[in-house]
Amino acid sequence: MSSIVSRRGALIAATFIALLALIAMAAPIISPYSPTAQLDIVLQKAQPPSWAHLFGTDIASRDLLSRVIYGGRTSLSVALLAVVLSTTVGIAYGMVAGYAGGVTDMVMMRLLDGLLAIPRVLLLIVALSFWSGGGEPALIIGIGLTGWFGMSRLVRAEVIAAKPREYVSAAVALGASSRRILIRHILPNVIGPATVSATVAVAQVIALEAGLSFLGLGARTAHASWGSIILDGQGAFAEFWWIPLFPGLAVVSTALAFNVLGDGLREVVSGRQLDGRGAPADPPQTAATA
Amino acid sequence: MNSARGPRTADMPKPLLSIQDLRTYFYTEAGVARAVDGVSLHIGTGETVGLVGESGCGKSVTAMSVLRLIQPPGRIEAGSRLEFEGRDLMTITDRELRGIRGARIAMVFQEPMTALNPVFTVGDQIAEVVRIHGGTRKEAWDKAVEMLGVVGIPSPADRAGDYPHQLSGGMRQRVVIAMALVMNPALVIADEPTTALDVTIQAQILELLRDLQKKFGTSILLITHDLGVVAETASRVIVMYGGEVVEEALVETLFDQPHHPYTEGLLRAMPRVGETRERLSTIPGTVPPSTAWPAGCRFRDRCPYSWDRCEKEHPALYQIGSGHVSRCHLAEDPERRAHPHPALVERAAEALT
Repeated sequence: MSSIVSRRGALIAATFIALLALIAMAAPIISPYSPTAQLDIVLQKAQPPSWAHLFGTDIASRDLLSRVIYGGRTSLSVALLAVVLSTTVGIAYGMVAGYAGGVTDMVMMRLLDGLLAIPRVLLLIVALSFWSGGGEPALIIGIGLTGWFGMSRLVRAEVIAAKPREYVSAAVALGASSRRILIRHILPNVIGPATVSATVAVAQVIALEAGLSFLGLGARTAHASWGSIILDGQGAFAEFWWIPLFPGLAVVSTALAFNVLGDGLREVVSGRQLDGRGAPADPPQTAATA
Repeated sequence: MNSARGPRTADMPKPLLSIQDLRTYFYTEAGVARAVDGVSLHIGTGETVGLVGESGCGKSVTAMSVLRLIQPPGRIEAGSRLEFEGRDLMTITDRELRGIRGARIAMVFQEPMTALNPVFTVGDQIAEVVRIHGGTRKEAWDKAVEMLGVVGIPSPADRAGDYPHQLSGGMRQRVVIAMALVMNPALVIADEPTTALDVTIQAQILELLRDLQKKFGTSILLITHDLGVVAETASRVIVMYGGEVVEEALVETLFDQPHHPYTEGLLRAMPRVGETRERLSTIPGTVPPSTAWPAGCRFRDRCPYSWDRCEKEHPALYQIGSGHVSRCHLAEDPERRAHPHPALVERAAEALT
């Protein structure tokens, strides 16, 4: 039963995400106003939601709906690219460590322990302060390069589980190089769990990016993300509740959708592992017991 | 080992594979496991050699050592010599080694279920071997389909697109054999190739191996614990015990006149048609741990003939006849064979009850 519920949830989440992506791509067509146009700094300043402005206007008299639509472009693209970066680095690092084993693995894992000890948000605040004006590329690189630690641990564990499989030994015995074995025989075992983890990571990064942008470390003006739209209303939240509300809702619902999708994918992936891979209880073979 | 006067005689051509004093040790927390401890053997071109022994005797580690597949904490010790087609396998580069693996020496694994990757079609997996050794995509696929036919899979062009789980155990093992033979290697190492299969399928697979050997002139090193399999397939047998070769002979000689008490025990433990024994006999006791081989003869505690010499002196390989060697002091004291006694482990067990 839980599987049906979560599958339906995942379907709704996927539809929602697809819709968001469509809106972000079609922003110039569907947004009612320009996101940067100050309509009338006197008469249109900080108006509550109305038929003319569904989400109201901000302190600079810009249409909030248009800003949220355009903000989705920034928030989603930054989050996706950052996760692509962190996933790539994480998979590469985890695969090398897990496959090499021995001293290489130990050194790489201790290094990772050290990196994990650094508080991520603090590191990002410091790094992005130094790279002020870096805009979206700075956010993507910063978030991407600090987000791969968990992924590489997960990938390493999957590699260590896949390595003793007999078809891997068979490939070695038939002359395959390490690179070929990693890509052909190990990577397929890693892709499923990594996809799940990356999907959940998008949710985290959406929230993280909003936080950083709210702190003024993200993209501003024309490339305002949801976080920086909220920042624009800073100091007047109590009066102008709609300014933090709508971009905030966008952040929360998007993060939620990616989390739900990740959960659904996890079930699909672990289900496939159970029925598609033969007897799950084949003991890892070691040469010593032959 | 100088005392290892193997059954190589002058009239034999230079062997395809020659192993001299192979030692493969595993450095575990429980101590150094001397899994293979001074094994010498050779395989000639087109020859099928059976390597027999019970679990833990070192036969599989010997095979893995030939392809240098030993992973840490295991290590092939210095002084071991592996020579194949005139090349020293101990000193060649990794690239050369990969060129030999799968192309000149191929391995057939025991479990056809797990030796095939479930996410690729069987045709793809056979083609992969050709691709590894430099074939184009097209060549590789054509060769894969051809090999499926050679190993007796009906409508090979269709079956090539099947995934391993769509085939029966016997068919899968045929695929594994096709993967091993697709590059037409000089030597195939088959590690318990029929153990995981039904008896009727076993016979088919053994017949297939025999046919293919005739067809391609491939040498086969057949690793098994089953003397019946050896009798059907091999021309020469090497018996291993405790990480060492204990007896080597032609199949007929070994079955008719086994010399080593361990070989004798193995043969007695085999069911035979026409014999009406209520129980099959067993060899008492178990193989001692490879971290602590006993001094002297490693089989002595389980041996019905052992005497004080066996405790003091590690037996060399004695020449018994032409091409027949045995690691047993009985070679110099044959009259003791007439007076068996309960083995030490049996006496110990009796004392306990």
